[in-house]
Amino acid sequence: MSAVLVAVLVLLGLGLVFGILLGYSSIRFKVEGNPLVDQVDALLPQTQCGQCGHPGCRPYAEAIVNGEAINKCPPGGQSTVEALADLLDVEALPLDAEDAEEPIKKVAYIREDECIGCTKCIQACPVDAILGAAKQMHTVIVSECTGCDLCVEPCPVDCIDMLPLEPTLNNWQWPAPKPGIELIATDRQPGIALEIKG
Amino acid sequence: MKNTIRVHQFHGGIHPPENKKQSTGAPITQAPLPSRIILPLQQHIGLPADPIVKVGDHVLKGQRVAEAIGRISANIHASISGTVVAIGPHPVPHMSGMDADCIVIESDGQDQWIEHQGLENYTELTKPELIEYIRQAGVAGMGGAGFPTDVKLHLGDDHIVNTLIINAAECEPYITADDMLMRERADEILGGIEIIAHLLKPLHIMVGIEDNKPQAIRALHDALDKSHLNLDIVITPTKYPSGGEKQLIKLLTGVEVPSGKIPADVGIVCQNVGTTTAVYRAVIQGEPLISRIITVTGESAAHKQNYEVRIGTPIADLLNLANVNRQQMQRLIIGGPMMGITVTNEQIPVIKTTNCLIAASINEMPPQPPAQACIRCGMCEQVCPAELLPQQLYWFAKGKEFEKARHHNLFDCIECGACSYVCPSNIPLVQYYRFAKAEIRKEDDEQRKADHARLRFEARLARLERDKIEKEERRKQRAIEAAAAQAAKKDAAFSKAASATTSSTNTTVPDLKQLKSNAAIARTKLRKAEKALTNAQSKGLDGIETLQATLKQLQLKSDQAEKAYTDAQNAPSPIAAPETDLKQLKSNAAIARTKLKKAEKQLATAEASGEGDIEALKTQVTALQAKSAEAEQAYQDAENGTNTANAAIDTSALETEIATLQAKVNKAESAWKAAVESASPAAEKMAAGVDKLKDKLKDLQDELDKSRSVAQPTVTTIDTSALETEIATLQAKVNKAESAWKAAVESASPAAEKMAAGVEKLKGKLKDLQDELVQKSGNQSAQPAPDAEPAVIDLKALKQQVSIMRTKLKKAEKQLNELPEGEDNTPLVAEIEALRARHDKAKATFDAAEAEKIAAAASEGIDLKQLKIDAALARAAVTKAERALSKAEDDSKQPLETELLTIRAKAEQLNATLERFSN
Repeated sequence: MSAVLVAVLVLLGLGLVFGILLGYSSIRFKVEGNPLVDQVDALLPQTQCGQCGHPGCRPYAEAIVNGEAINKCPPGGQSTVEALADLLDVEALPLDAEDAEEPIKKVAYIREDECIGCTKCIQACPVDAILGAAKQMHTVIVSECTGCDLCVEPCPVDCIDMLPLEPTLNNWQWPAPKPGIELIATDRQPGIALEIKG
Repeated sequence: MKNTIRVHQFHGGIHPPENKKQSTGAPITQAPLPSRIILPLQQHIGLPADPIVKVGDHVLKGQRVAEAIGRISANIHASISGTVVAIGPHPVPHMSGMDADCIVIESDGQDQWIEHQGLENYTELTKPELIEYIRQAGVAGMGGAGFPTDVKLHLGDDHIVNTLIINAAECEPYITADDMLMRERADEILGGIEIIAHLLKPLHIMVGIEDNKPQAIRALHDALDKSHLNLDIVITPTKYPSGGEKQLIKLLTGVEVPSGKIPADVGIVCQNVGTTTAVYRAVIQGEPLISRIITVTGESAAHKQNYEVRIGTPIADLLNLANVNRQQMQRLIIGGPMMGITVTNEQIPVIKTTNCLIAASINEMPPQPPAQACIRCGMCEQVCPAELLPQQLYWFAKGKEFEKARHHNLFDCIECGACSYVCPSNIPLVQYYRFAKAEIRKEDDEQRKADHARLRFEARLARLERDKIEKEERRKQRAIEAAAAQAAKKDAAFSKAASATTSSTNTTVPDLKQLKSNAAIARTKLRKAEKALTNAQSKGLDGIETLQATLKQLQLKSDQAEKAYTDAQNAPSPIAAPETDLKQLKSNAAIARTKLKKAEKQLATAEASGEGDIEALKTQVTALQAKSAEAEQAYQDAENGTNTANAAIDTSALETEIATLQAKVNKAESAWKAAVESASPAAEKMAAGVDKLKDKLKDLQDELDKSRSVAQPTVTTIDTSALETEIATLQAKVNKAESAWKAAVESASPAAEKMAAGVEKLKGKLKDLQDELVQKSGNQSAQPAPDAEPAVIDLKALKQQVSIMRTKLKKAEKQLNELPEGEDNTPLVAEIEALRARHDKAKATFDAAEAEKIAAAASEGIDLKQLKIDAALARAAVTKAERALSKAEDDSKQPLETELLTIRAKAEQLNATLERFSN
């Protein structure tokens, strides 16, 4: 009888100790916010363009964590979708956009002769990449522009163009090699064989 | 020759045909002066240099033409004397084949040196000064990468250099530039090494050289015998790529440079032999880097040999010099066959890193056969000098799994091409690695940019939030200030009112009213504040303290107001006297009148019945009449005596009198009618009475009119407002009637037609009233306004009218649409027509007025800017519409097209106006 009592007491004591330990650590090591949202947000391109239907990249990150599809970010392209799929361990979906190709990096340019200095684009820019003042000509700080498109619509005189970034020697890239002819030996045609022998 | 130290091994490597013998037969030849040189601003790793000359400037040989920006950059010097003819894009030796900014100098044929002088004894200079001297000379690594040499010589205190390695391996096939340099200028090389050693103070100096250059080795040894320099010439077996920096370090020291580190991290610095001569010339002779030795070789070249060439010389000059057969030349390669780049443009200049030109024939370098499937033979792994897994990297690059490729140390690949060389399937492996590297770099760059954008975005959000809070605070502050100001003003008013109650006489009555309303307002405010306070307290909002303070203030004010009111009420009002007098008089007159009437009635009955003392009665009546007249006169006098401000009150009094009189007249008339009908004899008398009454009524009405006309100027505004309220009520009525009518129509009630008529009538009335109002307000505004203003107001009024008409028209049309089918809609249609006509007319008037205004503006030349903006807006609208049209489907195109046409017309009109203005 006493053995049973001892066992019960010991277990109760253990339960109490661990309960206190867990309770303490849940307060002491409390994680503020959802760290997954931060991780997802870090993968998004931060153009804040709203093309995903959310008012910015962070809201979309939150939506993704809450189960939204991961393929709604056209500026990020397929690579972002894949990175997200990798992080969240889900299936990588094809990009949900009109042109599913990898997006061409574009930057806003203001045709400065036509600018009337209305400041509407300045207010629209999520990263403060447009410089100007009321009734003064505006211009885009190209290095800060994320190419989000948000300044194009508010312009009352339509003087903002989204132009692809001109390639320079510094940002030039090696193109992908053309895939060769996937032949097996028996498919070899005489012409090609000749060429190979060269 | 024997090595004094042990040579280690590096993994992999290949033995391609050397093809070096062809170009070592002849000594280094000085290339003739080029007629023009092209100096790319970026010939080195790092930031491009910044031009410091202008087009048209005359420059001397050795003159600095572009200056280094930042730490990792190099100066660029003119290699001939002449004139700068262009600074702009020009083809440069780059894998992309793109243009880059260059300085083009046309030779003057003089080849005149700028004044220059070497250092007699460089050891006298401090290290930083000497390094700066080398930096000024624009020396950059001449082995291939073009890393600015001064940076390598100035490593800072965190790097202790214990070994200096001079790279003389020159492992790539065909190239013999370093070989010939060592054979002919070993002294310069050793001199350069001496300077570098002076700067770096290494414990050990080694020259790594492949065993296929025996003459160079001998020359070096000969020179070394004459020098006091203590160095080891280490002969390594010929194997590609032993000239790779990390491979050579492994060979000579056995040390492996860790992944992602530079040799300096393990205490080793590597310099190319070419660079040592450049350092020597810069320091000892004071000559900047303006020329270098280049091997021109390949089967198509007649004179395969090394030339000393001015930097910037177009390669076409060199090809001509070597007598290259262009028909035979299949491929032109800058650099070696393994790591060089194929170029097509012969105007590309020679730069600091150009060590070889291969004009290859088709037999020498056949086109790359098509790639086939990887057979996983593993030969690439065996030859990889970086000990990577080329096959694995290939799959990752092909499958775009760049992250995995990175984890397999893709960035340790030196792109030597050994794997491609041995690949039996001819897979362009290096291309895949370059592509993957570029993609990874791009992604990293984008990630960096995204992080930067996030920072900026968050900063912006924070700023907006801050602005909002500041604005809110300012607003609160302003509200408090305004409240204080208001309170002060009110207090002043109260004290004034209080003094007024005691002193003044004629302001008491309105003051009393004012005070009453003031007290009421104060009470309401107090209650509101209390409510807000309890609300705030229950919700625990901030600002309770302010609220409490406000409440206290309000309480005080309310008490004050209340007190002022009661005081004023209790105080005797002196103005009451004349007022009562007037009233008294009025009632007196009325009493007299009633008495008279009674008497008259008595008289009448008496006369009718023919009884009683008629005479007595008659005298009584006359007396009474006199009395009544007197009373009335007195009243009238009193009334006229009161000032004109009371006119309004007067008229109202008159009006009530008129109304009562009218009622009397009506009564009398009906009585008379009844009498006539019953053929009573008193009918005639009654008719006379009625007439009399009517006369009286008319008199009164005249009087009223008169008094009104007197009161008119001050009362106009009230009148219009009264009219407006009337209109509003009427409008409500109309609406009600209309809805009733509609209901009737729907239920097919017979009364519908009647109702419609009623509605029409009401509408007519409403219209009349509105017209009246418009007239009145027009008069009102027209009266005080000077000549210039009416146009503006008119325009506005017109615009308003037009919009009203438009609304009406739309409403009517809507009604018509809503009307169930089969119903008679002719009246509505007619109405709509009428409305439309009116609308058009109003619009026409408005347009005319506007046109006039614009013309007026035009004549004065104002609003040009506005017009411009309008025009720009219109243009933008046109483009937007066009875009929409192009996007739209076929079926929805029609309305868009019409819209576009109208917009375009408008834009054209604006443009025309604008042009007229500008002219």
